[in-house]
Amino acid sequence: MAKRIDVKDLNIYYGKFHAVENVTLSVPPRSVTAFIGPSGCGKSTVLRSLNRMHEVIPGARVDGSVLLDGADIYGAGVDPVEVRRTIGMVFQRPNPFPTMSIRDNVVAGLRLAGTKNRQQLDEVCEKSLRGANLWEEVKDRLNKPGGGLSGGQQQRLCIARAIAVQPDVLLMDEPCSALDPISTLAIEDLITELKQDFTIVIVTHNMQQAARVSDQTAFFNLHGVGQPGRLVEIDETSRIFSNPSQRATEDYISGRFG
Amino acid sequence: MFRSLALGSGGFVVALIAAIGIFLLLQALPSLQANQVSFLTSGEWTTGDPNNMRFGILYLLWVTVATAAFALVLAMPIALGIALFLTQYAPRSLARVFAYIIDLLAAVPSIIFGLWGLQVLGPALVPTAEWLNSNLGWFPLFSDGNVSIRGGGTIFTAGIVLAVMILPIITAITREIFERTPKDQIEGALALGATRWEVIRTTVLPFGRAGYVSGSMLGLGRALGETVALYLILSGASGRAPELSLFDGDATIASKIANDAAEFNNEISAGAYIAAGLVLFVLTFVVNALARWITTSRTGK
Repeated sequence: MAKRIDVKDLNIYYGKFHAVENVTLSVPPRSVTAFIGPSGCGKSTVLRSLNRMHEVIPGARVDGSVLLDGADIYGAGVDPVEVRRTIGMVFQRPNPFPTMSIRDNVVAGLRLAGTKNRQQLDEVCEKSLRGANLWEEVKDRLNKPGGGLSGGQQQRLCIARAIAVQPDVLLMDEPCSALDPISTLAIEDLITELKQDFTIVIVTHNMQQAARVSDQTAFFNLHGVGQPGRLVEIDETSRIFSNPSQRATEDYISGRFG
Repeated sequence: MFRSLALGSGGFVVALIAAIGIFLLLQALPSLQANQVSFLTSGEWTTGDPNNMRFGILYLLWVTVATAAFALVLAMPIALGIALFLTQYAPRSLARVFAYIIDLLAAVPSIIFGLWGLQVLGPALVPTAEWLNSNLGWFPLFSDGNVSIRGGGTIFTAGIVLAVMILPIITAITREIFERTPKDQIEGALALGATRWEVIRTTVLPFGRAGYVSGSMLGLGRALGETVALYLILSGASGRAPELSLFDGDATIASKIANDAAEFNNEISAGAYIAAGLVLFVLTFVVNALARWITTSRTGK
């Protein structure tokens, strides 16, 4: 439950392309860390490397280490499938499984892990939906397809699906960018609640959102087109948004950049 | 301008299909009226004498449907396996070459398949067929049929050849639909800790099922209408009623028509074959319509 992450000298490549350069950062347990920065700066790539999702793209590889409570997820013999079971992810676009009911969506991860006990699945389903603030809205139609929900509800369903397997860490890749302001607010409130139990890393383009939900903020940038992205600085969110130590950060925050 | 052109072409196709149907019906009617037995429930086929027409579709229909169904049962799982392998497991370069070879299989003329079935596969299958017949003969499909197993001209041989022929169609359609599985679905499953097979089970198969089924239906349509290959393979009139076994022979509707076309010396005799053709026309029409219906009703959701 809620482990800490230590990233050391992380370099990410897609084939010959050097996407991200020398990232070192730490994420304490039970906190929210926001990744901000202009498009193409590698923040999503770094996020995806935290649960080895970037490996889906052929030719992707990584140098350096990502430690989850001290254990390297890139260590020899570590199965990426196991890594993803303990580090959950929520995506930019809500992606519930369209052919599955709401209930089956929530417990999909548990089923994959081999849980068959119906009562246990029902309990986890309710607990996760409550945890995602969705239970009251869907409790009467758990057997209806998840695709029938609104965008915001679908995203909360995906969060319920991610937390149902009790991950150590929850990664969120711009979880609100496809949602309206009210749904966004619901997700932000949820993130603040989930922080009690999970370590959360969120990528966002919305700086107000980063300021609202996160405890610490990491600013990523790149020198130029074709150059690798890099971490400019990471600090407490209040400092990043009031008195950052790097000029580039201040320019970006205040809108004098990109 | 373009609108009327498009409308015209569309209308032309519909009119053409209707015209074919009406042609078949009009040509068949006089023979059906002269028929001494029931066309739909009899299996006799004596059409030489216009004054004593005795013909029924039953035996031909059995061989047609059984051959196509057997081919489908063989081809469907193999096509699924190939499509999954090509889209999910094979490296990209290998997949492209392999897919090309499968598509080439579709370009082989059916007469070649017929020759191969007659000269190579048929004789080669005889030991297997005899083994099935003597050891599993209690199972109706493997019991004695109405033609000699040793001759090889059976539904068993024909179905296997047909399976090879429809394999490329089913594979190509299934492969295409599997390739279009939304990436965010696949990533969603991966992020939950799904293995490759579990990703296939939770996303690729549910997404592609309708395409797979409709591809199989199109394959079935092709199998029902296949003529030349079966004309060579099947051993021709046995005159005996089929035993509802895979070792039945005789002819399918299409191969029967091809076989006897030289003997159409009067309109009434020819009408019997046209009536049989009409049945085949309706059958393939229904199968294809079913395929379309499955595709649209599933993807429309």
